[in-house]
Amino acid sequence: MKFTKTHEWIEKAGENYRAGISNYAQEALSDIIYVESEQIDIEIKKGERLGSLESVKSAEDFYAPVDLRIVKFNDKLEDAAELVNSSAENEGWIVEVKILNESQFNELMDEEEYKKYLETI
Amino acid sequence: MEDLRRTPLYEVHKRYNGHVVPFAGWEMPVRYTTIIDEHNAVRTKAGLFDVSHMGEIILNGSDAVKFADHLITNNVNKLENCQVCYSPMCNKNGGTVDDLLAYKFSAHKVILVVNASNTDKDYNWVVSQKGNFDVKIENISKETAQLALQGPLAQKILQKLISYDLSKIGFFHFKELTFKNKISAIVSRTGYTGEDGFEIYFTALKAAQMWDEIMEAGKEDGLKPIGLGARDTLRFEAKLMLYGNELTDDITPLEAGLKWAIDFDKDDFIGKAPLLKEKEEGLKRYLVGFEMEEKAIPRHNYKVILDDKEAGFVSSGTYAPFLKKYIGLGYVPYENRKRGNELYIDIRGKLKKAVIVKTPFYRKQYKK
Repeated sequence: MKFTKTHEWIEKAGENYRAGISNYAQEALSDIIYVESEQIDIEIKKGERLGSLESVKSAEDFYAPVDLRIVKFNDKLEDAAELVNSSAENEGWIVEVKILNESQFNELMDEEEYKKYLETI
Repeated sequence: MEDLRRTPLYEVHKRYNGHVVPFAGWEMPVRYTTIIDEHNAVRTKAGLFDVSHMGEIILNGSDAVKFADHLITNNVNKLENCQVCYSPMCNKNGGTVDDLLAYKFSAHKVILVVNASNTDKDYNWVVSQKGNFDVKIENISKETAQLALQGPLAQKILQKLISYDLSKIGFFHFKELTFKNKISAIVSRTGYTGEDGFEIYFTALKAAQMWDEIMEAGKEDGLKPIGLGARDTLRFEAKLMLYGNELTDDITPLEAGLKWAIDFDKDDFIGKAPLLKEKEEGLKRYLVGFEMEEKAIPRHNYKVILDDKEAGFVSSGTYAPFLKKYIGLGYVPYENRKRGNELYIDIRGKLKKAVIVKTPFYRKQYKK
């Protein structure tokens, strides 16, 4: 599992990848009510908006960790967005994607590096 | 950056794992667990809030009531002793300086409980209006702690700590009481949640002791500490005004639907003439409640769109945790205020449909 400085994660899942927000991010947001993602099959560049999360208190965008195309949404979030709170880095995955730039993926932080990064903010 | 102020319960909030954030110049807990959990605890059981950041301005003297009635739109003279009223306080244009609770102790003593962020503004305003009134004005906010115990089990919990029969205190009435722990307090059956409950005023020196004793008394009834996040969603479901959102210096209480809190029969009060004029000539805008037709959260200052044009703004909006609805309050042109009317909200660049509904969104039967 790889992480971004904006608190998204991405991980290989079968032939595709899954992406979501980190446990740190869900804890900071709390009370997530619903999730909206960009459309399937459109090319989204690294750092562009991948979707947004609405919590009771605020709306926050999340971003593409690498150049990618969405292939599938996590349908469970439709009626249970709170899965992002209870299981941010597992069942609360948000989109399944095809990544378009392997080297960008390799440059992301691994779990250890992300943990260290969190200590600095 | 300005210095943030702390209530006497700052350390207690840390101890209860409160997520303490800056709020209106104060460091306050926005939540301890989650807003939704805390919100529903107050609707179904009970919650304890630190609201010590609220301001208290005391009026003493032979003209205390007369002066209060000059300052605010509601009528303190008509209150019994130990009764409370909600009231806007207007400026000379009829806009709202603040909204507050006025506690009438006697003909000679009234306490105004005002919003935290407005305390200094209000105090200066009140002092500037003193003129020849025989009244002494004092800001006792710093030395006063305020706790709100709210929810259907509030009375049961508080009764454990007080000998006086709390059922004798009616809605919007108060009593000066001594707790079993010897702390003297003003206990009023008021609140900002839409639930039954109490607000308790006492010396800031005893804040932590009182907090701990109330939490202990409520342990078996599921009492939870509640942060400002749920305080906002609770007041919102009950359509209680938030100053800075529904009311500002430029919004009149008539526009906010607070005609019931304006006594036009009083001789005179600040803002009476412009408010009368507005009433007679007709309002331009009005506060309405609306429900989104799809999942979308309308938030403060999002635009209201009618016929493809900006026609107003959202004053407050959220996902309502108890009602489980996406709802908002906002200002629309007066002629568009009717229930059932459709409008659109510009939610982060996308127009989402909403329909005007009855308010308050949530209404509980209060003890009278």
